[in-house]
Amino acid sequence: MSLIEVVDLSHGYGERQVLKGLNLGIGKGEVFALIGPTGAGKTTLLRIVDLLEVPGAGEIYFDGKCIPRSGKQRLEIRRRMSFIHQKPQVFNLSVYDNVACGLRWRGEKRNRIAQRVDHILETVGLEGYGNRNARTLSGGEAQRVALARSLVLEPEVLLLDEPTANLDPVSTAKIEQLISYIAKQHNTTMIMATHDMSQGQQLAGRMGVLLDGRLAQTGNATDIFRSPQTEQVAHFVGMENIVEGVISASNEGIVMVDIGGNVIQAVSNHPAGKKVYACVRPEDITLALSITQSSARNSFRAKIMLVTTLGPLSRLEIDCGFHLVALVTKMSAEELNLQAGKEVYATFKATAVHIMEKGIRQ
Amino acid sequence: MTEIWHSLTKAIELLVSLDPEVIEIAGRSLRISGTACLLASLICLPLGSLIHSHRFPGKRALINIIQTLFSVPTVLVGLLVFVLFSRAGPLGVFGIILTPTAMVIGQVVLITPLLLGLTISALSGVSKEIVDTATSLGASRFQTVWLVLREARYAVLAGVILGFGRAISEVGCAMLVGGNIKGATRVMTTAISLDTSKGELELAIALGIILLFLALIINIVLNRLQQR
Repeated sequence: MSLIEVVDLSHGYGERQVLKGLNLGIGKGEVFALIGPTGAGKTTLLRIVDLLEVPGAGEIYFDGKCIPRSGKQRLEIRRRMSFIHQKPQVFNLSVYDNVACGLRWRGEKRNRIAQRVDHILETVGLEGYGNRNARTLSGGEAQRVALARSLVLEPEVLLLDEPTANLDPVSTAKIEQLISYIAKQHNTTMIMATHDMSQGQQLAGRMGVLLDGRLAQTGNATDIFRSPQTEQVAHFVGMENIVEGVISASNEGIVMVDIGGNVIQAVSNHPAGKKVYACVRPEDITLALSITQSSARNSFRAKIMLVTTLGPLSRLEIDCGFHLVALVTKMSAEELNLQAGKEVYATFKATAVHIMEKGIRQ
Repeated sequence: MTEIWHSLTKAIELLVSLDPEVIEIAGRSLRISGTACLLASLICLPLGSLIHSHRFPGKRALINIIQTLFSVPTVLVGLLVFVLFSRAGPLGVFGIILTPTAMVIGQVVLITPLLLGLTISALSGVSKEIVDTATSLGASRFQTVWLVLREARYAVLAGVILGFGRAISEVGCAMLVGGNIKGATRVMTTAISLDTSKGELELAIALGIILLFLALIINIVLNRLQQR
């Protein structure tokens, strides 16, 4: 039985429907990442799970019990959870009072509060900050106060909404470390919304892709990154190469996909005649100046159309009868002198190709 | 001109020598307006929180009415309290007309709209995210309201101080319901009014200086608060 069960949840603001019939179960102790672009409904879902909002339709079950739409029970259940908002909102009080307020609201004893607050301030690396006004802190420090304020309550469920969205890389790393420490130490159930896929992959066991108010796919990171089930998920997880084709032959788990005359070999069990998308991650494509002997089954002669630099990487758009995007390190791009107009050989393995049935749209 | 000059030096003499009458009148003013301000705060802070934290039909209209009453003429409030509490009035049995109690009631009525309106607008300055944060940290409705009031404390206090300023500087109501009785209901503003009409300027000027000085203090405190 899941600790949190979301059933047929729909919610809208005015005319705009934000969540559209969403179902999700989160197990006890599970760390679940909710990934999706801005505006997909991640925050709304978290707000409804935290009982800050009453859903337009559908039910939330907590620990097996259906949560009523109003009444005192909502406060009791809310007190078993804690929500870290995207923009940390610290109260115009001292750091100590900020962290202590949740315990005070629960009627904890004064000396017990002091003990727990001091301990948690140490955990988040803010010892000695107790008397500072929380409004005078930097963004990263404020986020740590917000985290401490939630963690000190030792919630059964921690909801995190883009916990590192506004932070610099160093602060981000600190917060991520803390989150994974808490998950391991306290076995806290967590739902974390993020648009940063690698963060979800790093911290969560399972993730769900929320697109336009619907959970398009749930599964572990590898499933979602390597085997997206729909075109939209494929786009979101960075599958830049999605080419349409028809399976011309299927034999013992290997298929031939006909892409307007060119043939890509892939690992799949789809039958011949099926219309599919063949997806290849740009980093799985290697480029060479001549045909090399390798186990890779797909090799195409291609012409470089455009080269752009992305930090330490070079992104190349190539034309091999169909359009592909490849990512290589900037260094190798320079070594091979890859530039627009040059002819290269693009190679990728049959296992690097993900075949997706055409026409599945959610 | 010489007369004004003469009155001014006399007034300063009164102030420096801590003239008993000046001290008595100023003290009564502070007591009455201070009490009125305290009572009005006790009414307006909870009531303002209640109005702010609830949604109900006509809320906008209510706030508009409250804001309109910011500038209600003081004599009108005096008239209202007089009619209610005069011997023949509906509340005449209390027998408080022409006492400091009636003046306190008058000033409470006078500054309640101001304090209420400023409290509501101070609370509106606290972001919805703060309210959500408190709620998700497990605050009950009452605990949330209290936190919001604390978040807005400087702005709320600024409203209270403005209310005190309006109470201590008004004449119309104090004159009507207090009656400017020497040794009983004579406050700074009514004393100034009477003495000026009698042509005895020195006490009026001395009290005027005290009032201005109070206004200065209020301004300094307000400025300090607004910078926080």
